[in-house]
Amino acid sequence: MSGYQGKKNIPRITSDRLLIKGAKIVNDDQSFHADIYIEDGVIKQIGENLIVPGGVKTIDAHGRMLIPGGIDVHTRFQMPDRGMIAADDFYQGTRAALAGGTTMIMDHVVPEPGVSLIAAFNQWREWADHKSCCDYALHVDITEWHKGMQDELEALVKDHGVNSFLVYLAYKDIFQLSDSQMYEVFSVIRDLGAIAQVHAENGDIIAEEQKRILGLGITGPEGHVLSRPEEVEAEAVNRAVTVANQTNCPLYMTKVMSKSAADVIAQARKKGTVVYGEPITASLGTDGTHYWSKNWAKAAAYITSPPLSPDPTTPDYLNSLLACGDLQVTGSAHCTFNTSQRAVGKDDFTLIPEGTNGTEERMSIIWDKCVVTGKMDENQFVAVTSTNAAKIFNLYPRKGRIAVGSDADLVLWDPDTTKIISAKSHHLAVEYNIFEGIEVRGAPLVVISQGKIVLEDGNLHTTEGSGRYISRKPFPDYVYKRIKARSRLAELCGVPRGLYDGPVCEVTVTPKVMTPVTSGKTSPVKHVPQPVRNLHQSGFSLSGAQIDDNVPRRNTQRIVAPPGGRANITSLG
Amino acid sequence: MSYQGKKNIPKITSERLLIKGGRIVNDDQSFYADIYMEDGVIKQIGDNLIVPGGVKTVEADGKMVIPGGIDIHTHLQMPFRGTSTVDDFSQGTKAALAGGTTMIVDHVIPEPGSSLLEAFERWREWADEKACCDYSLHVDITHWNDSVRQEALSLIKEKGVNSFQVYMAFKDLYQLSNSEIYEIFTFLGEHGGIAQVHAENGEIIAEEQARMLEMGITGPEGHVLSRPEELEAEAVFRAVTIASQTNCPLYVTRVMSKSAADIISQARKKGNVVFGEPITASLGTDGTHYWSKNWAKAASFVTSPPLSPDPTTPDYLSTLLASGDLSVVGSAHCTFSVAQKAIGKDDFTQIPEGVNGVEERMSVIWDKAVVTGKMDENMFVAVTSTNAAKILNLYPRKGRIAVGSDSDLVIWDTDAIRTVTAKTHHSAAEYNVFEGMELRGAPLLVICQGKIVLEDGNLHATAGTGRFIPCSPFPDFAYKRINARKQLAILKAVPRGMYDGPVSEFSPMSRGGTPSASTRNSPTKAPVRNLHQSGFTLSGPEEAPVRPAGRRTFMPPGGRSNITSLS
Repeated sequence: MSGYQGKKNIPRITSDRLLIKGAKIVNDDQSFHADIYIEDGVIKQIGENLIVPGGVKTIDAHGRMLIPGGIDVHTRFQMPDRGMIAADDFYQGTRAALAGGTTMIMDHVVPEPGVSLIAAFNQWREWADHKSCCDYALHVDITEWHKGMQDELEALVKDHGVNSFLVYLAYKDIFQLSDSQMYEVFSVIRDLGAIAQVHAENGDIIAEEQKRILGLGITGPEGHVLSRPEEVEAEAVNRAVTVANQTNCPLYMTKVMSKSAADVIAQARKKGTVVYGEPITASLGTDGTHYWSKNWAKAAAYITSPPLSPDPTTPDYLNSLLACGDLQVTGSAHCTFNTSQRAVGKDDFTLIPEGTNGTEERMSIIWDKCVVTGKMDENQFVAVTSTNAAKIFNLYPRKGRIAVGSDADLVLWDPDTTKIISAKSHHLAVEYNIFEGIEVRGAPLVVISQGKIVLEDGNLHTTEGSGRYISRKPFPDYVYKRIKARSRLAELCGVPRGLYDGPVCEVTVTPKVMTPVTSGKTSPVKHVPQPVRNLHQSGFSLSGAQIDDNVPRRNTQRIVAPPGGRANITSLG
Repeated sequence: MSYQGKKNIPKITSERLLIKGGRIVNDDQSFYADIYMEDGVIKQIGDNLIVPGGVKTVEADGKMVIPGGIDIHTHLQMPFRGTSTVDDFSQGTKAALAGGTTMIVDHVIPEPGSSLLEAFERWREWADEKACCDYSLHVDITHWNDSVRQEALSLIKEKGVNSFQVYMAFKDLYQLSNSEIYEIFTFLGEHGGIAQVHAENGEIIAEEQARMLEMGITGPEGHVLSRPEELEAEAVFRAVTIASQTNCPLYVTRVMSKSAADIISQARKKGNVVFGEPITASLGTDGTHYWSKNWAKAASFVTSPPLSPDPTTPDYLSTLLASGDLSVVGSAHCTFSVAQKAIGKDDFTQIPEGVNGVEERMSVIWDKAVVTGKMDENMFVAVTSTNAAKILNLYPRKGRIAVGSDSDLVIWDTDAIRTVTAKTHHSAAEYNVFEGMELRGAPLLVICQGKIVLEDGNLHATAGTGRFIPCSPFPDFAYKRINARKQLAILKAVPRGMYDGPVSEFSPMSRGGTPSASTRNSPTKAPVRNLHQSGFTLSGPEEAPVRPAGRRTFMPPGGRSNITSLS
């Protein structure tokens, strides 16, 4: 299409004008009938009997739903893995996304350990700028941790518009961080106003289980799921929640794949933790029974981590939690490899490259599983497919809402269309589609991205490189209002006491406690003015009642009651 | 005194004793009967017993006769940086007997890097010399390698130890990694041991401690502030996960907080074999005292995990104990003098940890749980002795009043009221964490090894009379279920033809489990390539059964299969 310049970060790409008449506009809070006028990729007017320039292209919606374009919060297009590259690159991937009604993707930058985060970020920017057909943003994965990286994080937040970072609790000896490192990363992230994302699986246990499973002679894809039972996912989620609570850092769980992991998130939210859960298309739409397929290539196509649960009731359960708000956003974790790439692990499941498709199917799967079944209404559908994501990642209301001034990323949604998903007709580069043969109701009829029609009558009109990088600011209100309030409350004070002046036991030199602590503690302690020794003031006595014995609570004690939570569980640090 | 001071001789003495008119309370029922004992063993139970003449007779007057308490968790005479806890095996067991406890189980703590067996023998020596009541030993595993494995095996097979504790806290000292814990649990699951854990996330604690000290908080309140109960709950959750993966029975020592107890209850509901041990302190008092202006008093409450500052915690834990979600009660008795605690007067991380409780244990439970109507007298027996005896595989020798059982008995006075105070307690410590508490229920008469050791408030205990009671592996109480699951949890591979399609080039480094690389070549070689058998097709539907036979799916009692997937 001629109007595009192929340049990035220029707000007015084109002066395309468009009028959509007679649509039922669906936001996450309400639905209403109105016309909508778009110019220069931005929504200019919403209402009835709009006054618009002559000769504007008009779409008659005939009362169909017009929803904000989907935001796929989790993709891994073109991801490098041991010299191979994921089969769907930014072009192929964003085309598939648009075909499914998704007008923005958020991809993960995965720096090789040892590579600078900023260098990796720039690499991803370059790839995406050249190829992406829709707007995009980037999460940055933290694959190793040392003190110097703090500055890189700060630069990414302040200069590069990144406000989310992912840490891995799995992939032992490669990406995995220890609990202490996670604690430090979360503390930094909180200070910067970003979101901590976690790939939650216990890598230590998985490594042991993999050894055991291979030792039993199980080398096929079923070994993948056998070595990564869902408990191991739930355990890691629980640990991440604990660390996030301690550090008062907002938490975002990527790829919620199992009931037990989802339960842990739901419980944590009830206790007041600021935590968000992201089920993916695959976990909402299919299950892990296929790992036992006799067709190796098919079984391998389902390999992803955490694995799909072999419990066939899992998708329904996750859909219910998504509908009730315990899980908030959906991604696709789209990361596809073709069969010959998967076959790298034909004799050892631990070598199979991981990832499933889902960016194209995401919207339809959720509509079919949740809205058609009556679990959620159209407004909640908008919330979980775009609005919540926009709020969490500070893109709202530019994205995720149909309002004057918002980006003209819109989808005319047809709730009645039925289609059967198949690798023969999908827009992906891979031979297998994990949703093969599933019949879904609900599909995009018209997709508008940056004010331009990119899908109409089943035909895609995309332009490689037209996608813009959308930078995001730190401290999203949706997340940080609560975090900030808690930071103010959670100040700790010591108890003022006289100096202890009783006998002190002699001890041998071997220190009892933590080595790492000793380094940090000398300097700040000295600044505390040492109370002048005064025997009359001393609070020390060997026994007997104290004046304060009957006072149950000191005012220095931090007791913070978050909404709906018990204070001692959400004790914020 | 007719005692010889020798150990492991079943007939210590030929003392004979008849208890008349007592109400015998076991964990399953209560009934009125007389008890006749000889040589430290119960010989007859019933009415109108025929006994030799001249037997000493105790009139119980309808009072309760219960099995002597078993304190499953003590740290008597524990070495600490060149000194040791103030209650040694003599002082500690005397306090135990004074409170109605007739057996203790102490923890052997080998220094990291040192031999488990040597440490075990050292503890045996100390206890044999001084203990006034029977005892067993847990052994703590403070580091892990193949030689430790060998030693642990011989402890199980030859030395009568069936329970081992690992630490998830005390970073860079006792703390083990998840992988090590996995290996230890696998080992214990195979050899019939009970895996005990000290559950707290040591890494986060280390970070929090550094933060507290940086903020200038150096007093005992820093101890509890740096160890919030979430960190306890997190570690319990992780331990449950690993135990479930390795199909090993789990025992969580020192359940101190509501959230940790909740995790244990949930795990039990999902079918995990897990036992929770609240201690006297967590049932009887709370962590508000850490803010006491009296440093010495605040420091006397320092223990790990800490007492919860939430004052409703003791009541909550008593309720879970009564409902059976928590199984046994220990004391974790580990007392230090004020001078010893004062090592950490300027830095709470240096305060030696431990609270008293061996003497108060039975009365605290009676007062908090039975008097309040949470549990009945039978459940009281279950949590104070019977369950512990079952876990240790000592049942019915201990923890039950039956013919053939050891005559460790307590006549319990439900109406006695006493006030706990450091002035009258039998511990050597200057502080008592239960100071000033009025408790209903106390032992009237304590019989240990067939001898009256407490009567009319006077202790007649003799150091060195305590015997080491060996515990054998595979206690039924834990292992019946574990064994059944072992048989079910066999995994099978899916038989497939060899994949013969194209394979991408890849650089072998940088992803995938490095550690597994060593084991993987041998089993793979088996299938001979046969093109007709090949299951590979590039696309198209194929008939994969929805539930292939190779998949392990089974339902443990009350649990969802995917959560308790045992392996």
